[in-house]
Amino acid sequence: MAHSRTARRRWTAAIGLTGVAALALSACAQSERGDESGSGKSGGTLTFGAAGAPKLFDPFYATDGETFRVSRQLFEGLVGFKPGTADVEPALATKWDSSSDGKTWTFTLKENVKFHDGTPFNAEAVCANFDRWYNQKGAAQSEAVSQYWLDNFGGFADTPDKPSLFKSCAAKDPKTAVVELTSATSQFPSVLGFTSFSISSPEALKKYDADNVATAGDAFTYPAYAKEHPTGTGPFKFGKFDEANNVVEIVRNDDYHGTKAKLDRVVFKIIPDETARKQALKAGDIDGYDLPNAADWAGLKSDGFDVKVRPPFNVLYLGINQSNNPKLQDLKVRQALEYAINREQLVKSQLPEGATVATQFMPPGVDGYDKSLTAVKFDTEKAKTLLAEAGASDLTLKFYWPTEVTRPYMPSPKDLYGAIAGDLQKAGVKVEAVSKPWNGGYLTDVDGHVPDLFLLGWTGDNGTAHNWVGTFFGRTDNRFSTGKSPWGETLATSLAAANAEPDADKRTKLYEDLNKKLMQEYLPAIAISHSPPAIVFKKEIQGVTPSPLTDERFGTASKG
Amino acid sequence: MVTPTDKVGRNKKDRIDALAASSADDAGVSLAASAWRTLRSSPVFLTGAVIIGLFVLISLFAPWLAPQDPSQPMLIDQVVKARNEIPPPQDGHPLGGDLQGRDFFSRLLVGSQQTLIVGVLATLIGLTGGLTLGTLAGALGGWVDSAVMRIVDVMLSLPSLLLAFSISALFASPNQFTVIVAVAVVQIPVFARLLRGSMLAQRHSDHVLAATALGVKPGAIVFRHMLPNSLGPVIVQSTLVLATAIIDAAALSFLGLGNPDDRIPEWGQMLGDVQNVFDTHPHLAVWPAGCIIVVALGFTLMGETLREALDPKSRR
Amino acid sequence: MLRYTIRRLIQLVGVVLVLSLLLFAWLRALPGGPVSALLGERATPESREALTRQLGLDQPIVVQYFKFLGRALSGDFGTSTGVQPGKPAMDVFLQRFPATIELSFLAIVIAIAIGIPLGYMAAKRRGGWFDNLSVGGSLIGVAVPVFFLAYVLKDTLSSVLGLPTEGRQDEIGATRVTGFFVFDGVITQEWDAVWNSIEHLILPAVALATIPFAVVFRITRAAVLDVLEEDYVRTAESKGLTAPTIRRRHVLRNAMLPVVTTIGLQTGALLAGAVLTEKVFSLPGVGQALAIGFERRDYPVLLLLIIMATVVYVLVNLLVDLSYAFIDPRIRTR
Repeated sequence: MAHSRTARRRWTAAIGLTGVAALALSACAQSERGDESGSGKSGGTLTFGAAGAPKLFDPFYATDGETFRVSRQLFEGLVGFKPGTADVEPALATKWDSSSDGKTWTFTLKENVKFHDGTPFNAEAVCANFDRWYNQKGAAQSEAVSQYWLDNFGGFADTPDKPSLFKSCAAKDPKTAVVELTSATSQFPSVLGFTSFSISSPEALKKYDADNVATAGDAFTYPAYAKEHPTGTGPFKFGKFDEANNVVEIVRNDDYHGTKAKLDRVVFKIIPDETARKQALKAGDIDGYDLPNAADWAGLKSDGFDVKVRPPFNVLYLGINQSNNPKLQDLKVRQALEYAINREQLVKSQLPEGATVATQFMPPGVDGYDKSLTAVKFDTEKAKTLLAEAGASDLTLKFYWPTEVTRPYMPSPKDLYGAIAGDLQKAGVKVEAVSKPWNGGYLTDVDGHVPDLFLLGWTGDNGTAHNWVGTFFGRTDNRFSTGKSPWGETLATSLAAANAEPDADKRTKLYEDLNKKLMQEYLPAIAISHSPPAIVFKKEIQGVTPSPLTDERFGTASKG
Repeated sequence: MVTPTDKVGRNKKDRIDALAASSADDAGVSLAASAWRTLRSSPVFLTGAVIIGLFVLISLFAPWLAPQDPSQPMLIDQVVKARNEIPPPQDGHPLGGDLQGRDFFSRLLVGSQQTLIVGVLATLIGLTGGLTLGTLAGALGGWVDSAVMRIVDVMLSLPSLLLAFSISALFASPNQFTVIVAVAVVQIPVFARLLRGSMLAQRHSDHVLAATALGVKPGAIVFRHMLPNSLGPVIVQSTLVLATAIIDAAALSFLGLGNPDDRIPEWGQMLGDVQNVFDTHPHLAVWPAGCIIVVALGFTLMGETLREALDPKSRR
Repeated sequence: MLRYTIRRLIQLVGVVLVLSLLLFAWLRALPGGPVSALLGERATPESREALTRQLGLDQPIVVQYFKFLGRALSGDFGTSTGVQPGKPAMDVFLQRFPATIELSFLAIVIAIAIGIPLGYMAAKRRGGWFDNLSVGGSLIGVAVPVFFLAYVLKDTLSSVLGLPTEGRQDEIGATRVTGFFVFDGVITQEWDAVWNSIEHLILPAVALATIPFAVVFRITRAAVLDVLEEDYVRTAESKGLTAPTIRRRHVLRNAMLPVVTTIGLQTGALLAGAVLTEKVFSLPGVGQALAIGFERRDYPVLLLLIIMATVVYVLVNLLVDLSYAFIDPRIRTR
């Protein structure tokens, strides 16, 4: 409880004077319980301000950050990410080997690990999980449900028309699991570090009917496992979801196989309003929250809070859709747009400290990032010249920007739009602004190729280039309509080839070359910036490492 | 919507009807004259009138009064989001700049224009809609009356500001026009009931009966005799709606249902858009809020005194 | 009386049906919606189309509406996509409604506790400085945007008074029974939980109370003025009854009628005001759900909450109408 006792007494007295009986009563009540609830010294509860309610707790069906935030405390995958980086490190698997063709992966598992329900973790459990993922049926096969599987592994056992990357899993002995893939991919094994592919207790999965996803009306319903009984191996166990008070509680797993959590419990308090989270932190009602507004960083720091800035692991780009205005299929026009935008000014005035101008469609730290690339210098005159050369001096573009959304890569879409549109106008491009609510038409229109220009971006899931450029340009009917240009097909094929290259060094080289081509020959969009998102805590909270993947685990955290 | 009233009605509908009925037994011209006499000497009315007069003058001449172009981010170099810095007051910019480096003082001045437009257009649309429905129902009676009143009842069964929120949310991409429509539509049933009530009361009044007996055409009776006599309460309601519309528009912006394009400023939008910096840059909220409060107060003062003057029963 | 009640209830059903059809058709015609909410920026054209088909959103609106009605009859009004994703819209409403009732109730209590005495005193001293000041104050109260006032209260008073600025209750392990936190605390005798909940309600309730306060005050004042001039008060005065007796027996009792009216009328304004104040104070009530629903385009929740707001509004007004009969016997005979 946050407020100082003297202040409360003063207030109680004031209320008493006005004679509201109910309130006066509570003044007595307050003295009964004394000070036990006053501070969290003895137990250690971390109260974290979350922006929204988790949809469910089964990470396999999760698609949103709030769900991942809670479930990554409860679950572990075969591999994990080294705290503070996107580098793979051992987790439930202590080591792994792949065959030379990159299709057979042998994982050696950690021993003496138990799930929260007391059942043992072993190779059979691992394969049971793989088989569960691969054998999703009916409604669970929807992109809205098993999104991460579909995006990373492709289809399911009973979808022969949609091949899967996964072939089989076999338990060679209790501590050795062998996973067979249908082709090599740069994604393996780091994809197994995604929270989605955490290992659940097979027993609990069966007991609580985990795969029973169904459609009801225009939505999906999830089984008890996902709602109330998530059972993993993590340092915390599921406590409760008090929906009336908007609070999720998880408690320490005393049988954890590694270093046990220092905190007794972690409470996720759902406070949708950003300003309210800040005030709750200042008032002491919560111990930390995610994504503080960049404008508040300085203030929070000077108030003695620990603003942890994550390494930027995202990209904001100005998307160009080539399908409506044929002029946009001309490289010169797209280059002109790039010259016209003053990205340095934009980064300086609109983005948080530590944000940088993007030189390519992925941030440093991604495998295949080309250090030799530099951003073109802002030059309005050059932009005008290029436009004139392309015969596009009277260019009018439909510029879409989203309302009712903020993203780590896009803290204030309106202000970013304003700055970019202003720059484009100075270069003689007429801008026809269209704003739509993010969930109310913006994404639909962008996917439906309606705009000429649009603001969008990406936060990375892992450190492989495929997760970035592969997602953006890996097909020709993408948001940029790269298929309209002769190089679109080439780009898609070479991205696929790079992803399937089993040799890591060769792969890196392939991606570096692709990045160069993307920026110099293709330019399907304009990379704008990488912005670091932050997470803020009270000073006495220690042991949380900010992660570029927002993969902060509270198992190592302590209070006081 | 909050329309404080001295009228004692049983519920929203009855209250509107009671206001409507009050005009029916008045003998038009003399009442207006006496009302004007009352108003001229009422300090409350004059205060309201002066506020509104100033407001209208400023909004008419705002483009010339404003020292800077309100849509140009001329102070953008002084905006540093990373340190929560916005341009402080300086030469030529008495109130500094806003979050996008635009001159705040000019935006306030020019903002009056859109605010006035929102208020007036919302009232006009509400009035026109209500006038059409109310006149139809009141003049024709019978099944038209029942049908119109059913529609009006459905609209009145939703809390009005909530209805405005909902209407805004129904537009795929909100803009200034959808804000005006949302704020206006919720006033239609109020005006409709008001006019219908007043018309019904007059159908059996002496002057209408006399006109009918003299063979005046029904249309002419409605427009020459009945409508003018209903204007009193309509004017009162319009004045109050002007205040409500401006406040409601601000609430819409606050919920993200307002006009997202802020190149041309409007007070409600200026206020609703700065919710994230209320605590760190309070002046960005306090100025537009202050303007809204003063103008809304001005309209309310005028409306309330007008009501008292036009309604002999409330004159004491 | 009974026939009147039944007629009003049948009307309500009609209104709800018409409203739900209108809202449903319109919301379905809007772009985005569940598909955007579920897929986000990871969507591909195929996955979008597949999901649209899977959820039956490609069928004619009429078909969709009747399916919706069928499910609605069994209590299924769709599933939230933004407020509490994955949760049935009805649960969202039921879970949040108690918070809004507590808030509105406290706001009305505050408005009445201050508005009636103030209105009474203003009427007694009609035209005096006290009267002018309080009338002016009530007019300004109406002119202040509620959410602005809420922010001002939050930023200035909360630290001075040591009051919390968000939520319904701190994590003090209170027992949940009914969902009404204050009431729960009373029946389980957890007085600290009661106090903690009330603390969370005070500032939002004060902000919200400005709406009904202005009206309660002005109606009380007008009613008292009316009654003071009526014959029976003059008679009572001439009979030599003392002031307190007149006040008790005649004036306040007769002035109660308009005040009850106000409560009915103000329910609507309170619901809308709750959207604003609950957003400012992050109070997990129906209003906050609406605010988030608007922001995140959570169509199922919006549809249900707007309908429920209508139902609540109409029912409260019906109750108010019925209660006249008990307060004022004259109406019963009509």
